[in-house]
Amino acid sequence: MKRAGFNLLWLPIVLLAPQLVIIGVFFYWPALYAIRSSFYLEDPFGFGSTFVGAGNYIDLFSSAQYLKVAVFTVGFTGLVTFLSLSIALVLAVKADKIIRGTRVYRTLLMWVYAVAPPVAGFIGVMIFYQGNGPMTELLALFGYEFRLGVNYYDTAAAMVAVATWNHIPVNFIFFLSGLQSIPQSVKEAAMIDNRSGAGRFWDITFPLLAPTAFFLLIINITYALFDTFGMIDALVKGEPGNNPMTLVYKVYVDGFRGNDLGGSSAQSVILMVLVLVLTVFQFRVMDRRIHYT
Amino acid sequence: MVHVALKSISKVYPNGVRAVHPTSFDIDEGEFIVLVGPSGCGKSTLLRMIAGLEEITEGELSIAGRVVNDIDPAQRDIAMVFQNYALYPHMTVYNNMAYGLRNRGMAKAAIDDAVTTAATMLNLTEFLSRRPSQLSGGQRQRVAMGRAIVRNPALFLFDEPLSNLDAKLRGQMRIEIKALQRRLGVTSVYVTHDQVEAMTMADRIIVLNGGRIEQIGTPAEVYHQPASTFVASFMGAPPMNLLPAHYNGNGRVHLSETVHIEAPVTADYSGQIKLGVRPENVGIVDPAHPDALRFDLEFVEELGAGRLLHGKLGDSGLIVHIPHTDPIPGGDVYVGLPKSALVMFNHETGMRL
Repeated sequence: MKRAGFNLLWLPIVLLAPQLVIIGVFFYWPALYAIRSSFYLEDPFGFGSTFVGAGNYIDLFSSAQYLKVAVFTVGFTGLVTFLSLSIALVLAVKADKIIRGTRVYRTLLMWVYAVAPPVAGFIGVMIFYQGNGPMTELLALFGYEFRLGVNYYDTAAAMVAVATWNHIPVNFIFFLSGLQSIPQSVKEAAMIDNRSGAGRFWDITFPLLAPTAFFLLIINITYALFDTFGMIDALVKGEPGNNPMTLVYKVYVDGFRGNDLGGSSAQSVILMVLVLVLTVFQFRVMDRRIHYT
Repeated sequence: MVHVALKSISKVYPNGVRAVHPTSFDIDEGEFIVLVGPSGCGKSTLLRMIAGLEEITEGELSIAGRVVNDIDPAQRDIAMVFQNYALYPHMTVYNNMAYGLRNRGMAKAAIDDAVTTAATMLNLTEFLSRRPSQLSGGQRQRVAMGRAIVRNPALFLFDEPLSNLDAKLRGQMRIEIKALQRRLGVTSVYVTHDQVEAMTMADRIIVLNGGRIEQIGTPAEVYHQPASTFVASFMGAPPMNLLPAHYNGNGRVHLSETVHIEAPVTADYSGQIKLGVRPENVGIVDPAHPDALRFDLEFVEELGAGRLLHGKLGDSGLIVHIPHTDPIPGGDVYVGLPKSALVMFNHETGMRL
C-alpha cells in the first residue's frame, strides 16, 4: 500500500509552522536562554553580565540551603504522591462498590479538581489560619499550637495536606475507570478461586490496576514537583523566611526576589534535566511492560 | 443418588423484577444437565445462584448433601467456566490454573502435579508459561476448562462457554467438553441458548422460559414429547410444525371443516388445539392413502443431507423434511401425518394434552 504523502517540501512545513513557531518561541528559545544565562553572573540591575562557567552550578551543589530544599522537595513529592494515590485508591474501590447514588458521590469528589492550585492554597490559608482557622482551632483542642508560616514543619504539613487534597480527584477518576474496566467475570472467577476479599484485591485487582497506577505515579510526581507552585506561593506569601519550599519555588524566589538570575537559571536547567529523566523513564517502562489484553 | 438439590429456589432483584420463579429439581451424581432457553429466561441467574455469585432470594440449595445458601463461592466446592473465559490477564497459564489451589493451601508439589495433569489432558503443556493474551480463542477456552478441572470440584458450572468461538471450533469443543465430563464423571450444569448444544451434550435438558421451568427431560423426550408449544418451537431447527386445529373429544382432530384425522391421544378436553408434528415425521404419501392431506408446496430449501419443503396445509404453514435421496415431489403433493408422531397442545395454555 502506498503511503499518502506530500510531493512538495514547503507545504507540510507551512502547515506545521504555527505549531513550530509556538514551540520555538515559548519553549525552546526560553530554554536555550536559561541554559545560556546559567553560565553567567547577572548584574542585579541588568547592566551587564560576567561569564562564570560552571560557577553557578558549583555554588548550588555546595550550598547547604539548596540541599535542604532538594531534600524537602523529594520528601514533599514522595508524601503527596503516596497519600493522594493511596487515598484516591481507597475512595475509588469504595465508589466502585456503590450501586445507588454513584453519580452524586463521584461528582462531589470530582469538584475538588476544579479548584486551581493557587485557590487551593488560599483555602489552605483559611483552614490553617493562625487566628481562627478551623483546623488550627481543632488542633488547639488537642493542645497543639499550629503556626502556619512560622513553624517549618507546620507549614510543610499544611502544604502536603493541601496538595494531597487538591490532587485526589484526578487519581480517583483514573482509578475508578481502571477498576471499572476490569471485567466482571474476572472478578467473579476470582471469587470462586479465593474467598478472601483482601487477597483478591492484591492478587487480581491491584495488578490489573498497575498500568493506571504507574501512569498516575508519573502524573503525581510531576504535579507535586511543578504544579504546586501557586499553592505554595499562597501559603508562604512569597516570604520564605524559615518556610519550606520546593525546588521550583526556589527558582522563583532566587530569580525574582533575590535577583540572582544566573543561579536561578542554573536551577531551572537542573529541573529541565529532571523532567527529561522522568519522561524517558516513563516512556521506557510504559513501552516495555504492564500492557495486558 | 441426588447430588445437587434445588428446593423452591427463586430470585427477585432489588428493583422488584422476578428473574426466577420458585424452581425445584434434583441433579444426580455425574449427570450432565443443560439449562436452555432464550435470553432473559433466567438460566444464567439460576446458574449464578448455584455458583454463589448471586444471592438466593428464597429456597434452599444443597450441593453434595450440604446446604450452601450462605456459603462463599470459594467454599462451595464448585468450578465455573465463563462465557468470555475470565482468565486472569496478568498471570501465566500455569498460574491461572494454580491460583485457586494455592488459596486452598494445597502443597506446591500437589499443585504442580494437578496443573501438569490437566495441561496434558488439554494439550496445553507447551503454553504453560504464556499469558492469556498470547493464546487463541480455543486455547483460552481450554485454559478456562483446565482451571476448572484442577480444582477437582463436586460440581462443574458452565455459563455459555462456547458462544465466543466460531462455529467449527464450537462443534469441536462441544465434543471435547462432553468427553472430558464423561471421563472425569463430575456432575455438571451447563447453560446455553443453543438448542444443538443442549441436545448433543445433555443427559437431561431443562428448558426455561420467563423464569419458569417449561420441561425437564432427556433430549429425546424434550424433542419428541415437548411439554408445551414453547418447547416444541424452541427445540429443533426448523422447529416443530404447530397446526391450528379443533378437538372435540371424539377421537378426531379437525384441521378444517372437512379435513380431519385420527387423534394421537384421547384427552378430556374439547376446543381449539395446536397439533404438533416434527418436519421429518411428515411423510409424502400417495393421494390414494386414506389420511392423505393436500399440501401446497411453495418452495424448497436444499440442506445437502436433506431438503425442507415449505408450503401450506389448508391455511397454515407446514415444513416437511425429506431425505436427499427422495425426489422433490411435483404436481399435486399429498402428505400424511403419522399418528405416533403427533402431539396435541391446548391452544390457550400451550400445554400438551
